Amino acid sequence: MSARSHSEGSYDVAIVGAGDVGSAIARELARFELRVALIEAGADVGAGTSKANTAILHTGFDAKPGSLEARLVARGHDLLLAYADEVGVPLERTGALLVAWDAEQHGRFAAIRENAERCGYGRVREVGAGELYEREPRLGPGAVGALEVPDEHIVCPFTPPLAFATQAVLAGVDLRRSEPVVALERRDDRGWLVETPRGTLTARWIVNAAGLRSDEVHRMAGNEGFTVTPRRGELIVFDKLSRPLVNHVLLPVPTETTKGVLVAPTVFGNVMLGPTAADVESKDDTSSTAEGLAYLRRLGDRLVPDLAAHEITAVYVGLRAATEHSDYQIGADGGDRYAWAGGIRSTGLTSSMAIAEHLRDELDRAGLKLEEADESLPAIRMPNIGEAAPRPYARPDLVAADPEYGRVVCFCERVTRGEIRDAAASAIPPTDLDGLRRRTRALMGRCQGFFCGAHVPALLAELSGRDVAEIMERPG
Amino acid sequence: MNEASAVAGETADVAVVGAGPAGLAAAVQLRRAGAGRVVVLDREAEPGGIPRHAKHQGFGIRDLHRVMSGPRYAARIAEAAIDAGAELRTEAQVTGWAGGALEVTAPRGRSRLDARAVVLATGCRERPRPARLVPGSRPQGVMTTSMLQQLVYLRGESPGRRAVVVGAEHVSFSALLTLSHGGARAAAMTTEHPRHQTLAAFRAGAAMRFRTPLHTRTAVSAIRGRRRVEAVELTDLDTGVRREVECDLVVFTADWIPDHELAVLAGIELDPLTRGPAVDPGLRTSRAGVFAAGNVLHGAETADVAALDGRHVAAAVVGHLEGGEWPAARVPVHCERPLGWIAPNAITGGDHAPPRGRFLLRSTERLARPRVEVVQAGRRLWAGRLRGLGPGHSARLPHDWAAGVDAGGGPVTIRLPFVR
Repeated sequence: MSARSHSEGSYDVAIVGAGDVGSAIARELARFELRVALIEAGADVGAGTSKANTAILHTGFDAKPGSLEARLVARGHDLLLAYADEVGVPLERTGALLVAWDAEQHGRFAAIRENAERCGYGRVREVGAGELYEREPRLGPGAVGALEVPDEHIVCPFTPPLAFATQAVLAGVDLRRSEPVVALERRDDRGWLVETPRGTLTARWIVNAAGLRSDEVHRMAGNEGFTVTPRRGELIVFDKLSRPLVNHVLLPVPTETTKGVLVAPTVFGNVMLGPTAADVESKDDTSSTAEGLAYLRRLGDRLVPDLAAHEITAVYVGLRAATEHSDYQIGADGGDRYAWAGGIRSTGLTSSMAIAEHLRDELDRAGLKLEEADESLPAIRMPNIGEAAPRPYARPDLVAADPEYGRVVCFCERVTRGEIRDAAASAIPPTDLDGLRRRTRALMGRCQGFFCGAHVPALLAELSGRDVAEIMERPG
Repeated sequence: MNEASAVAGETADVAVVGAGPAGLAAAVQLRRAGAGRVVVLDREAEPGGIPRHAKHQGFGIRDLHRVMSGPRYAARIAEAAIDAGAELRTEAQVTGWAGGALEVTAPRGRSRLDARAVVLATGCRERPRPARLVPGSRPQGVMTTSMLQQLVYLRGESPGRRAVVVGAEHVSFSALLTLSHGGARAAAMTTEHPRHQTLAAFRAGAAMRFRTPLHTRTAVSAIRGRRRVEAVELTDLDTGVRREVECDLVVFTADWIPDHELAVLAGIELDPLTRGPAVDPGLRTSRAGVFAAGNVLHGAETADVAALDGRHVAAAVVGHLEGGEWPAARVPVHCERPLGWIAPNAITGGDHAPPRGRFLLRSTERLARPRVEVVQAGRRLWAGRLRGLGPGHSARLPHDWAAGVDAGGGPVTIRLPFVR
């Protein structure tokens, strides 16, 4: 992989956190003559707050005008849209319909449109009840109208950080997984000592992209200024057979406190309902609750009543990295050689590439020497795990060229042995079953392992030279 | 490249989807009845279906009139299909329909199989934890009986040390046996019902052999643990009292759902109660040329019952191949609570005798020798007393009333008579 080996442990920049934001920053900095480490506490890229979001490509129409978030979401939307095309991030241009269920909600349309325009988004259009039901015939009764947001799309939540990190790694960035940063020490001339359970490395600059723990890393670096209060969001994913019920992202009219619960198709061909919003204490507690799930079911019954007849395939819980501030917290301090991107909430997937650009400029201004590398970023093509284009099992050309793409091992999601082999041999191979799920969709389907739950872990073990007991986390 | 042009196509007289007991028995009978080219497709690497990894005894009783283990039975029925001249294709997944043809992915290529008749024999599966909306964390060590059996019997793996088994039907007791073979202890067995749903002898045997306490009227209200299961929270449904049971394994058993994807993709009508394709006594679905047999029709019956379904469907398939008309009018048959489902569940102008000469009836709660009536438009077609039934086991309902159904008379209802 990289010619610059781990053992040296001496970097120009150490990025703490390999979620959407950290990985995008790593990719951006990989364009320059810099020795970069991407340090992740978890077992994988995108395995923290990034893995459980609503998978919407936001336009920023509902952001706060003039805020950094508004600007970066708008810019990030266009960047990610182009990037999806370039590297093969699954994305479907569904558009969104923001549905009003009573006169009071309908009365807020003018303000929402005005807000969108002040955010620089001028394509919001009002849709009458007739057109709404024509476009969403399975919507529950009682909707009075909608605002169409034609550029609000659905995107794969898993592929973007993997693509960013893959490009970064191929360009020479050192990805260090399962290395939680436990201490940062500023040493005047030489920069920072970064301590992890695996040892100490040095970096001239630190970039904090630690998501839920960005406040803790901020304090480790000697700063105050924001505190992350995790906000739990529970999501229900319905069986693929429900996919024809929903055509667009169906947004609620937001209230002062929350964006509310939406219904949307997913790029994997399911229908998603959520998220709930509850502030919680623990940054590790991704438990679902009986109350949250019951609340979602009741709401789902109203929004799209036919969903109730469908099986539930999965329940996810995400923790958003909310802070006491309404805007993103991003900056760079040249004196300390420290930069941060914290408080990146649910819009982070959309804005990640714009955050990376913005932070690059902040670093430049703060004195990080950015000298363009001789080689541009390596071109990559991510495996297609979305339904918008034919997956390997459905491609006669691929199956003919390599029978392993004809060997379906996860039946519900139609994942082939060839894809699992490819994941195991990729630049950033999965280290556990969740990692395999995010790369291939294996085990994510309706049977949840009834058919392949014993086979797939054995296959991953075989292909990655590891022990099944370890992969299944079996107590020794 | 045009994708469609690259897809190899072939034809058959009958395509059977699923090489489990129902599909293989159908293939044997179809070949014997002279159905011509019969191709059986299965996505697994080995034929045989669920019995491949159900290592306990008791297979083959009703269909083969002998007793054998699941794996032996699986091998035997696959051999029988091959001997009868059926073409058996494994690692061949039917992924959808192209018009009337099946789209197939297999190592030897992506292809289309255009058959004059299709028998769906895709079986059923246990609802996994998310489908049951059990809250809590999402650690490893949560599985269904099928996955447990595959780990222990096909992979020789230890599944864990201390398990909680959710459910108390036949399959749940088979999970107990599998756990003991895998070196795990079952700390508790739970059911939301007031009693177990299996044969008294199984229950008594399990109580003596495994000493596993059965908690009735008890729900699993949460799962705890970070990377691996550490405990479950049980709630007494009558008192609301909660308690934690430490375990590293949770096995969700029974609560079956037919694997009905191909039926839905074909636009075939599902029965709202079974969630399987609605079929008439000849096992015809709502789509001409498509039949369904075995546990894709309803929650699990034993393998031999599924096999007898397969044997039964051949007659109607052959009738169709010989140019018999597809019955147009279908009268749905529903049941009222506390009855749970009935199968077959449509009456057509075709034959009236269902597999084994009986309709299968289940209830949502245990009923001991209930009196049942069959009614159409206020007219009673049949009334009588049945043997006991429950959510986990069926009663047989005779079929002689089916001939009296009025094709234009609206839905038929099976219910308990109103008692004054």
